[in-house]
Amino acid sequence: MKFSPDSVWESRSIEKEEKMEHILMGEYDVIVVGAGHAGCEAALASARMGKKTLMFSINLEAVAMMPCNPSIGGTGKGHLVREIDALGGEMGKNIDKTFIQSKMLNTAKGPAVHSLRAQADKNKYHIEMKRTIENTPNLDMRQGEVTDIIVEDGKVCGVVTKTHTWYKAKAVILATGTFLAGKIFIGDSAFASGPNGLAPSNELAENLKKHGMKLRRFKTGTPARCLGSSLDYSKMEEQRGDEKIVPFSFMNDNIGDNKALCWLTYTNEETHRVIRENFHRSALFGGQIEGIGPRYCPSIEDKVNRFADKKRHQLFVEPEGLDTDEMYIQGMSSSLPEDVQLAFYKTIAGLENIRIVRPAYAIEYDCIDPQDLKLNLEYRTIENLFCAGQFNGSSGYEEAAAQGLMAGINAALKISGKNPFILGRDEAYIGVLIDDLVTKGTNEPYRIMTSRAEYRLVLRQDNADQRLTEKSYEIGLADETRYKKYLDKKESVEKEMVRLTEKTVSPSEVNAFLQAHGTSPVSGRVSFAELLKRPQITYEDLAEIDDETRPGLSYHEVTQLEVQIKYEGYIQKQLQQIARFKKLENRRLSEELNYSEIEGLRLEAAQKLNQIKPASVGQASRISGVSPADINVLLVYLEKKKRGN
Amino acid sequence: MYDDTIAAVATAMGEGGIGIIRISGENALEILNKVFCSVKKQPVENRKLTYGFVEDNFTGEKIDEVMAVYMKAPHSYTAEDVVEIQCHGSIVSLRKIIALVLKNGARLAEPGEFTKRAFLNGRLDLSQAEAVIDLIRAKSDKTFDVALSQLEGSFSKKIKEIRADLVDILVNVTVNIDYPDEDIEVITYENLISGLENVKAKVDSLLATADTGRILREGLNIAIIGKPNVGKSSLMNALLRETRAIVTEIPGTTRDTIEEALTIRNIPVKLTDTAGIRHTDDVIEKIGIEKSKESFNKADLVIFMVDNGSPLDDEDREIIEYIGDRKVIVIINKTDLESKLERDKIEEKLPGAVFIEAAVAKDQGINIIEDEIENLVYGGQVKQNDSMMVTNVRHKALLEEASTALGDAASMAEAGEALEFLEIDASRAYELLGEIIGEAVNEDIINEVFARFCLGK
Repeated sequence: MKFSPDSVWESRSIEKEEKMEHILMGEYDVIVVGAGHAGCEAALASARMGKKTLMFSINLEAVAMMPCNPSIGGTGKGHLVREIDALGGEMGKNIDKTFIQSKMLNTAKGPAVHSLRAQADKNKYHIEMKRTIENTPNLDMRQGEVTDIIVEDGKVCGVVTKTHTWYKAKAVILATGTFLAGKIFIGDSAFASGPNGLAPSNELAENLKKHGMKLRRFKTGTPARCLGSSLDYSKMEEQRGDEKIVPFSFMNDNIGDNKALCWLTYTNEETHRVIRENFHRSALFGGQIEGIGPRYCPSIEDKVNRFADKKRHQLFVEPEGLDTDEMYIQGMSSSLPEDVQLAFYKTIAGLENIRIVRPAYAIEYDCIDPQDLKLNLEYRTIENLFCAGQFNGSSGYEEAAAQGLMAGINAALKISGKNPFILGRDEAYIGVLIDDLVTKGTNEPYRIMTSRAEYRLVLRQDNADQRLTEKSYEIGLADETRYKKYLDKKESVEKEMVRLTEKTVSPSEVNAFLQAHGTSPVSGRVSFAELLKRPQITYEDLAEIDDETRPGLSYHEVTQLEVQIKYEGYIQKQLQQIARFKKLENRRLSEELNYSEIEGLRLEAAQKLNQIKPASVGQASRISGVSPADINVLLVYLEKKKRGN
Repeated sequence: MYDDTIAAVATAMGEGGIGIIRISGENALEILNKVFCSVKKQPVENRKLTYGFVEDNFTGEKIDEVMAVYMKAPHSYTAEDVVEIQCHGSIVSLRKIIALVLKNGARLAEPGEFTKRAFLNGRLDLSQAEAVIDLIRAKSDKTFDVALSQLEGSFSKKIKEIRADLVDILVNVTVNIDYPDEDIEVITYENLISGLENVKAKVDSLLATADTGRILREGLNIAIIGKPNVGKSSLMNALLRETRAIVTEIPGTTRDTIEEALTIRNIPVKLTDTAGIRHTDDVIEKIGIEKSKESFNKADLVIFMVDNGSPLDDEDREIIEYIGDRKVIVIINKTDLESKLERDKIEEKLPGAVFIEAAVAKDQGINIIEDEIENLVYGGQVKQNDSMMVTNVRHKALLEEASTALGDAASMAEAGEALEFLEIDASRAYELLGEIIGEAVNEDIINEVFARFCLGK
């Protein structure tokens, strides 16, 4: 055997006398380190693609744990969940099983930015995901702390655990989340810890550095949890879910009703005064925290500090689940000491008698610079080592799950000797997310937003299956049932599209209907498709004047049909944009290209290009530190080469 | 930086007081030191003119008496080390020196390569680089001013300002889309529409200068038409009297079409005296007529001359038919004669025409004609003192496209369409404006732009 326990210790350069017997406990195709949202998707994808897979977690209670907000989805994030689902991932199905309130956001705006968000029963979410993993063939799960990876000849080939065991693997996926060298801050107290009081993973961080991985510190935070029975909801605004509930998963049509309420209340000047007077006691301002936190998800002391003129900030009170009285105070994360937390929460309408059960905290952790990754999420300098989730510098359950899924897929493909699976910016939010991370890098925990996508009219949540399911089926992830459902939907939408275009009505048949819906009458025959283009008319409305040929379409089918007909012109415009974008995207760049040899390229640009080795001129143009002028130099160079001088 | 050093003759090839050889690149100074001997035997200093001789370092032959200057990177035209050798302006001397410089390791520069390097080294942006071509080709003071101001970056600055306005709008739209839950200020369509229209207005006001800009750059094409002996030659001579530049009889054309280049009130003008368009069976005349029609069709302005002393005849009527709705100045010539002309009939047929009464042979009315031409170029408005002008066809096309996109976005906002739809057009406009100054990449632009350069720049 090539990897004796000796070589394990050798690779960790530990003195001979300290050496202990390490026991080989198993051989796998893919080993996933971490069982959060990234780890679960990675492990499931790999196992479903037929790879013998093992998923590690420091504590199996942390499988698919939601240590921060009790919800899945939101703007941009909801799109990611739909895409994960369309590719055969688990997040959409799991939240459909465990949601307690659901809401489509942005409905006042156009269909491209409608975003689904569901409140989850956290514990149930964990249980259901764990059960799915338990029932998945090819997939093992183990409680244990991975303390090192084994690298030979620049290639990863196994992991070592704290309990003196080791495992062989063809590929390893790191999805360590906030566990890696995790450190919690509350006021002036700071201690090594993973999220939610779980044990951190310190040894692994040290050993990854020994393998030449560059680590850096990011920070995030979470608000306090309190008992619902201690709150006065009469002083807050009730937040209900939608009447008609839309499932996340394309596999589901009816998933039941809302089971809980959320509440809205506001901070006030008294709250801000308490916070301001205690700025000096915050770990954030005290300088103890070196990690960089996200701008879009600031702690309350950050908000009060930065938006000093704002008289109030809103906060949502959301249930953590149905089997608990614990409530989550969204928008109020903090690293202030517990006495200050209690004092400022009490100033808020409805929270006067608050009983906190878990204090707010800030947490700092180790992560990599995602620019050290390739677009298939493989670490540049260690072959077959894949990375996903917060470890890559992102933030959010959905962002993590999306990367986990792609890392799982790509690890499975790589060890089968197949081409990587990479989604373009014009194909999926997942493509935007990964391209942003790998190409542009990030200086703070990265969160997806619809505005990060250039082509959001095409990247809608209603058509995620039409964009992605076939691709996933081709690489062997999406199963037959899903594929069939996708084809059926495609067919029925297309068929109905033709029927609506061909079916016409005369003015006498339709004018009363039009006037009843507040839109102008017609003077000649008009098709159903033309009627549907009018903002006032929905597909459902058309039922009033339709006949027995009208098919019974599902929610997902109706949405896609409506969007395609109503917004055809805009979609065409966007497709033209994509065609322009593709021009530079299709100018491929060789990995062999040495940018230092290109005359005229600025030193900084050449270094960046050599670091990232972009796959196309398009990708090169998105690298920060590479200017349009540099791209022009590159284009001139490529042109010269093409002409042969 | 580039690893090769380029050289070229930077002045026009021909006899001149002095001629300049420009060398740019890492080895520029090294090459100079090999071929140049200062009279005082001192080394050449940065940004100091040194007197001496160029000597062939292979044969020891003295080539010419010169002044040499060295401009250290990045403070030079190309932002590289640049050397210029000023020699006597003889073709022989220039040829010998450039040959020697090449022999010492420099490569002959391609047309536009110096400016291309300036651009690629980040010293000029795209619109500035383009201005260099315009400066070199400037035919009048005004053209030169406009090009210079563009080179100084005033045009880029204006585009950047417009883009900054647009970014504000785009950011606002984005925040509203991505943070539906936050209690941020909701964007009102009223603000959005006025914002977009405001940006569009700025683009349009730049565009409004484009025709003037083109004329200043390429010259105003004027075709003079009228039956024989109506006074066309006198008019040409009168207009040419002070500003005669080049007179060319276009080779290979018929006897009758003459083109003159001149400037009127600082506006470059190409004046064509046409042969007439009367129907004929004569083969040679037919060619002449075709030629006339061609220059007629190219003209920005037609000057139609009629004889005050005789009534309209068939030929006049034929010309009037042909003019149609072109921009036209009708000169009623020979006002010293008794009027037999039915002016009202011309006015009826050419409702948009400007009428000027003149006696060209007696120098009467020439000033008014010049006034009218000037008016036409500056769109009848007060002459712009502003040197900000769109002179470049590429810029004009991009501005037009941007204006359309902004208009679409604004009208979508007016129709109450969702934010993400109008954002498509607004961000497209942003991209197009970026292409003007080279902040957005369009791979076709670069080579096209630099192919237009002349050698030594």
